[in-house]
Amino acid sequence: MTKDQIRTAFLTALTQVAPDLDAAAVSDDDHLQQDLELDSMDILNLVAALHRDLGVDIPELDYPRIATPGLAVAYLAERLG
Amino acid sequence: MGLFRMPSLGADMEAGTLTEWLIATGDRVARGDVVAVVETQKGAIEVECFEEGRVERLLAEPGRELPVGTPLALILAEGEVVPPPEAEPEAEPGTVAPAAAAPVPPPPRRGAVAASPAARRRAAELGLDLALLTGSGPGGVVVLADVERAAPAAQPQPAAEMHQAIAAAMTRSKREIPHFYLTQTLDIQPVQDWLAAHNATVPPERRLLLGALLLHAVALAAARAKVLNGRYENGRFQRADRVNPGLVVALRGGGLVVPALIGAETMTPEQTMAGMRDLVARARAGRLRSSEITGGTITVSALGDTGAEAMSAVIFPPQVAIVGIGAPQRRPWVVGDAVVPRQVVTLTVSADHRVADGRQVARFIEDIATELRSYEAP
Repeated sequence: MTKDQIRTAFLTALTQVAPDLDAAAVSDDDHLQQDLELDSMDILNLVAALHRDLGVDIPELDYPRIATPGLAVAYLAERLG
Repeated sequence: MGLFRMPSLGADMEAGTLTEWLIATGDRVARGDVVAVVETQKGAIEVECFEEGRVERLLAEPGRELPVGTPLALILAEGEVVPPPEAEPEAEPGTVAPAAAAPVPPPPRRGAVAASPAARRRAAELGLDLALLTGSGPGGVVVLADVERAAPAAQPQPAAEMHQAIAAAMTRSKREIPHFYLTQTLDIQPVQDWLAAHNATVPPERRLLLGALLLHAVALAAARAKVLNGRYENGRFQRADRVNPGLVVALRGGGLVVPALIGAETMTPEQTMAGMRDLVARARAGRLRSSEITGGTITVSALGDTGAEAMSAVIFPPQVAIVGIGAPQRRPWVVGDAVVPRQVVTLTVSADHRVADGRQVARFIEDIATELRSYEAP
């Protein structure tokens, strides 16, 4: 998968978990919790969606590495590569 | 014979707008079936009926704001016949006479338009028909952004009405309920360690959250409490047999809803987690049921993973207690004879002094702490 494809997949999972977010308005540096107001339940649902869609099981210890869309895309690329 | 009426979904509700029928004339309904969607200040609520039988007639058409108590449908039990017209003036004069006298309305569109509460509210404000919008949410759910896209420019605040409803309920609570508060900080390091070890061995779908374990502990303790789980109505406290903890869910875009997890005292931590996940998802998608809105017997409000360490919360009438849970903090803590860094969480129980005293609340907190001590670090 290219980084663009991963980014699209990540934003799809994100907007499934938080349907009121507008994918086009999400920037790479937005913090999922502070800026986009995801709570722990949303983060868990996001991780479950990524597991389902991309087959990547993100352990809790790695949650800081998906704290923003930019970080998450780099992390997922590394895991998928 | 039963008249299905506009329900009261909270003491502050005076009227609701029937948004859609999920039943049609001739349908069989059972107790607990979801029969209609009603738009209130709390968002769109799926309303259950408490009658059993066949839908004889729908008495109200979607789109009208109707006072609480307005008959919405006539439901006949097996073998019953339509009562003569004079048997019907149970209806408050003036409220529904035209609807009741009108012929059966045209068959409603079957199947609900799936939409988030914020989207529904906004669409109603703007006078937009949700069915005409294209949903961009999961499964085609219409979300706020879809409505805003279809909206003309310049709009008032969408969350304003919900804030008004919250303000009214909280003002009433502080005016009528003599609140008192007990606070205790608990060492939850073993719970966190247990949780981390558990979650490391299972896929994301089966992971648990600290919030679920705390809610589980509160539900078990509430089931043992004599006076904290129930309702204060008409000058007396009625203890509830079941524990239905209301869960404070913050909605993005503003506002709160407090759906209840029905029967939480019988659940395992895993079931509590699944129930919470389902409630939060449906709260956000606008698919809560009336029993979940009105059935709470105690409330739990948690600040989440990060932030302030304690919260003294305001009781939701007619309940008599609310548990405010601060965000976990890493603090110096005395374990044995040493001071060590530990994860701690501060619980504050707000209780109604007409019903409870400090000793009973202290006992309740001790019971919660005992439940939490059952988790041992691996």
